[in-house]
Amino acid sequence: MSFSLFALQVLNGVEQGLLLFLVASGLTLVFGVLGVLNFAHGSFYMLGAYLAYWIAARTGSLLAAVLIGVPVMALLGLVVERLAIARLYKRDHLSQVLLTYGLVLLFNELQRALFGNDVHGVDTPTVLAFRIPLGSAQEWPAYRVFTAVACILVAAAMRQVILRTRFGMRVRAGASNAEMVEALGIDVRKLFSVLFSAGTALAALAGMLAAPLTTVYPGMGEGVLVLSFVVVVIGGIGSIKGAFLGALLVGLSDTFGKVLLPGFSSAVVYAVMAAVLLLRPRGLAG
Amino acid sequence: MIARILLVAGALALLAVGFSGDRFWLQFMGKAMIGCIFAMSLDLLVGYTGLVSLAHAAFFGLAAYLLAGLSNAAGFVNPLATLPICLAGAAAAALVIGWLSLRAAGVYFIMVTLAFTQMFYYLFNDAPGLGGSDGLYVQERPRFLGLDFSERTTAYFAIWIALVIVYLLLLRMLRAPFGHVLVGIRANEQRMRSLGYPTRRYKLTAFVIAGTLAGLCGYLDATLYGFVNPAQFSWRQSGLVLMTVLLGGKGTLYGPALGALLLTFVEHYGERVTEHWNALIGALVIAVVLFLPRGLAGLLRD
Repeated sequence: MSFSLFALQVLNGVEQGLLLFLVASGLTLVFGVLGVLNFAHGSFYMLGAYLAYWIAARTGSLLAAVLIGVPVMALLGLVVERLAIARLYKRDHLSQVLLTYGLVLLFNELQRALFGNDVHGVDTPTVLAFRIPLGSAQEWPAYRVFTAVACILVAAAMRQVILRTRFGMRVRAGASNAEMVEALGIDVRKLFSVLFSAGTALAALAGMLAAPLTTVYPGMGEGVLVLSFVVVVIGGIGSIKGAFLGALLVGLSDTFGKVLLPGFSSAVVYAVMAAVLLLRPRGLAG
Repeated sequence: MIARILLVAGALALLAVGFSGDRFWLQFMGKAMIGCIFAMSLDLLVGYTGLVSLAHAAFFGLAAYLLAGLSNAAGFVNPLATLPICLAGAAAAALVIGWLSLRAAGVYFIMVTLAFTQMFYYLFNDAPGLGGSDGLYVQERPRFLGLDFSERTTAYFAIWIALVIVYLLLLRMLRAPFGHVLVGIRANEQRMRSLGYPTRRYKLTAFVIAGTLAGLCGYLDATLYGFVNPAQFSWRQSGLVLMTVLLGGKGTLYGPALGALLLTFVEHYGERVTEHWNALIGALVIAVVLFLPRGLAGLLRD
């Protein structure tokens, strides 16, 4: 493998990892604070991607899709939390898995009913439809650079919110001891709703950003969900920093697996997970 | 007592279906009975040991593919050879996956078992020579001593016998001290550990037994249909069987079997009623979790 090809794969891996971080961070926060393992998290990614396709096809602009789609998905998250997730706070893991699994089936059928079973492409915005040369043979699409930068900005903003705002303080407190937060007179219900809705919006945003790169297809949510689980297992549950590390590791393993071991690429990611389980069963940051 | 009479009557009714000779019902009820074994074996983990595993589909699919491989590549048709090999394959996979997954407790365990199942799905879907997403035909199905298991009636009776044996085996196991230790682990693992029980070894043993039985289901399924495909590994399958256990009533053994029978019918007739029958299943899962957490068995007891 030439150096420029290697560099290109590193960049692709990092970019994929950053997108994965947007999904996994919501998953890990929702589990850390609300105590609910949400299998439907991948569905939000999938619905985000389909919304991006649908809105972009009508307005011709991915930006418009993001501006309209993210609030729509945040609202959906709020509704799902109130109607379904809120009933799970005192329930065991089996109930959580099954109820959110039921939601996945419902969302998949919703997608089939609204958008059909076809694979759809989404155009990259024309401003970003050029390629940046890397060495002699390789070039990196500008849209991938944009995606990576956008994810870094979102991650930085998240960090600021969690470390510097009152809301972030409550989230951190909730992650370490939700009952105590409630006892101190903070409205946890509102906190939970807002957090779940934010996690939904982040997953949907990742789906929207990924839509031009991966195309939009049925079942795309499940693939991302399982990768996010791997990220969370690697990183340690409830930890944003762990999710960030885990996401980069998974993104890189997946990208290099596809280049080095075609046909068996997916096994690489799980081998990494198995290694982490052997060495640090509570995750890198756990 | 009434429950026991009902169980025997149910088993005899299932046996009677075998004499009908109706090709559709033999396959349909054969599939339903495989579902019963599958759900009961998972109940050993979910209902008795308190382990929510999503790896069950992996062992099912693995044994099914092993049978296809043995038949197509090596020409093995004698079930006295293929059955032990396929079960050993499922058991070995369960040992490795269980050993790794049990290092992670609680919610991690759920995610790790799902991840490994998905790994198998991708491996069998992508690996060259395994038929890709179309799957494989089992060219020669098991046969020996003049019994040809590609005959639906023969396969049906084999499945019925397997169902009865597995039920009695699990019942015996759960009434033995081993089963009481598993229930103790579900109730309070720390206490069991401080009483001196090596709880992780018990959990791993239960995981391997359940995985082997799931492999038996895969073997029977491949024998009945003569066909395997990667969708058998899908997390949808793992989720469905989990739902079957809850629908029937976890921790009762006969409940999950009842749930599997019911779900087979719901799936079959749901497909006829609407093409969006997956939404029906989704709604059913949600309704069961919210309104029927003790399952059908809970209703029967009240």
